[in-house]
Amino acid sequence: MNHGSVSSGSKILAFGHYQPSQVITNEDLSKVIETNDAWIRDRVGIGARHVATTESVADMAIAAAGKALAASGLTAADIDTVIVATCSSIDRCPNIATRVAAKLGINAPAAFDLNTACSGFCYGLAAADHAIRAGASRNALVIGAEKLSDVVDWTDRTTAVLFGDGAGAAVVTAVQDGEEIGIGPVVWGSAPEKGDVLKIEGWRPYIKQEGQAVFRWATTAIAPYAQAALDRAGVQGKDIAAFVAHQANTRIIDGIVKRLDLPNAIVLKDLVESGNTSAASIPLALSKAIERREVPSGAPVLLFGFGGGLTYAGQVIRCP
Amino acid sequence: MTTREEIAGGLAEILEEVAGVNPDDVAEEKSFTDDLDVDSLSMVEVVVAAEEKFGVKIPDDEVPNLKTVGDAVSYIEKSQKA
Repeated sequence: MNHGSVSSGSKILAFGHYQPSQVITNEDLSKVIETNDAWIRDRVGIGARHVATTESVADMAIAAAGKALAASGLTAADIDTVIVATCSSIDRCPNIATRVAAKLGINAPAAFDLNTACSGFCYGLAAADHAIRAGASRNALVIGAEKLSDVVDWTDRTTAVLFGDGAGAAVVTAVQDGEEIGIGPVVWGSAPEKGDVLKIEGWRPYIKQEGQAVFRWATTAIAPYAQAALDRAGVQGKDIAAFVAHQANTRIIDGIVKRLDLPNAIVLKDLVESGNTSAASIPLALSKAIERREVPSGAPVLLFGFGGGLTYAGQVIRCP
Repeated sequence: MTTREEIAGGLAEILEEVAGVNPDDVAEEKSFTDDLDVDSLSMVEVVVAAEEKFGVKIPDDEVPNLKTVGDAVSYIEKSQKA
């Protein structure tokens, strides 16, 4: 049940994350498929990835959300909305959001999963922000959680090296009257005519990707949308303290950064140690950077997700 | 109208900037991957830069057909006339 009072905006109180303990290095992969560390690092920038052995998507979502909730100062009783972004959950019903709510003791929340693949967390953040502005929510949990190892074809050396498992979560709350808004306007959309270049299709589903086509789209189309997110937030590039792009490929991230003017931003590259964790990658990267005290509280941070669909979404947030 | 030599020269500039290829190594018979060590993602960057420089469209489907510098020169030349 929600409270019904509209708000002028929302902000993030805290992040949390979870990664499985098992790490698979490029060296490990080179023993089972024809690849090598230099090739993967040169093409993609990934050095290792975490892979779930016993954990499900829900387990990782619950762990990340529990940490974010504990760090937020709120309790389960305060949360009225749970949104989980995932494209790799094999279980469909009950959805992951209600499993998170059940485990954390969140009573009667609006609870839904959304699937826009790798852009999912930014879509979820926007959905929470909009629900709060509309008076449909006061305090929301937004989670990106993926177990891509379930949908990776471990015999396909073009994709098996790319992905990892993990989860990241944020607690979003309504701002008080006069308080600075912490989640800027979303810029979101898709290029459905190009949808076939990245798929997790059929039964049993495996990830298939036309790497060159995805690379071209990501390095050319995304920067103008990210600039639009800055413009809509009224924030200048020079004021951005950190840029958190979807963690797919360091060369994509570098290609986007080259087209933006972000002279003072640290550019997060968590994929080096985590691989591409799809909807989890942005909150995972930022949560870890906050834990390392690399991003000051209150600093403007540009988030931008993009991926399967092809979908994209991003916004400027204030670091909690 | 741009000549083949001018297109090849423009491609050499792009190859140097995008993939660090020595312009002296660029010649029409050279293969992007085998001779100039341009990987598949750098090839995309070359194509995108070439589109901007020469005002042509090089669709994703066409990229695998551009095996040598000469292939790319011919495609750009043909597209500019079209």
